[in-house]
Amino acid sequence: MINGEINTPYSLLLIAVMAAVTAFVRFSPFLIFPEGRKRPRVITYLGTVLPYAVIGMLVVYCFKGKSVLVYPYCIPELLAAALVVGLHVWKRNTLISVFSGVAFYMLLVQLVF
Amino acid sequence: MTKRTFQRAFRDSLPILAGYLALGFGFGVLLESKGYSFWWAILMSITMFAGSGQYAGVDFLANGATVLTTAVMTLIINARHFFYGFSLLEKYRGMGGVKPYLIFGLTDETYSVVCSAQLDDTISRKKYYFFLTALDHLYWITGCTLGAVVGGVLPFSNEGIDFAMTALFIVIMVEQWLSAKDHLPAILGAATTVVCLCVFGADLFIIPSMVLIAFELMLFRKRLDKTEEVKRLD
Repeated sequence: MINGEINTPYSLLLIAVMAAVTAFVRFSPFLIFPEGRKRPRVITYLGTVLPYAVIGMLVVYCFKGKSVLVYPYCIPELLAAALVVGLHVWKRNTLISVFSGVAFYMLLVQLVF
Repeated sequence: MTKRTFQRAFRDSLPILAGYLALGFGFGVLLESKGYSFWWAILMSITMFAGSGQYAGVDFLANGATVLTTAVMTLIINARHFFYGFSLLEKYRGMGGVKPYLIFGLTDETYSVVCSAQLDDTISRKKYYFFLTALDHLYWITGCTLGAVVGGVLPFSNEGIDFAMTALFIVIMVEQWLSAKDHLPAILGAATTVVCLCVFGADLFIIPSMVLIAFELMLFRKRLDKTEEVKRLD
């Protein structure tokens, strides 16, 4: 596609494919294990411990585009993350922790690094 | 009760409001830069409701990717969502008519709030999950559309505002850490993903991480089965 020439039907097709695949991934666990049926004990076990592991995975996922090997070596991210952890352990208030962390991070990437 | 429930859902969604407006805006700007008008941003944000999926989608559209490439890449990018539904089978039981919408709107952010929110009896769970999902969806559509309409010209720099998502996940991790008896699942999840990110690179690490995490959790089942969280189910 060059210079904004948009193939409308094909673009619509691709969006439909992406929407369908995304929905498929989100729905599949519920389709494999529907509400009425008794599910194996091991599925319940995994469902209970997974959230803890998944949030760990997500935190790392947020850092995927960053590198500790090139400037600024993830320093803004690590400093802001430390502030969020510290504030949250201290105050236990999600809004204070998140918005202070964001403000501090924006300050760091816009003015310091 | 509905009012209280809505207020609580709105309050819990505020970090996501900031993050989605920023991330959605970035997506809208990117899509518009490839010659797609804001109608396309509205269409994609309503039907897909997926951050990294939509960002990658801009490339597929702009480069005229094949249907197969688009399907496989979308599957890989969003594979982590499979775990979300898997761990919400219990929580989303009995959600009735809104259940399909809740599942459709199961983004990283909505999931993280759903699995950490402690709701007492004054809150209707069904309505809370619905409000939370719908508010997040609305923020996302608004952000994506604004980005495509405004097209990258802002009177101030919003660089770094997307850290709201990272901060939200960190907060939820801290909450879980303080409440969990056994920290092994959290450590396994983070450490395994770090190793896979280093070994497989930023494009391919998620699926190996998921497989390994599931495998490790099975390996430690004997130990983790004894923790309070799991015992409560029996």
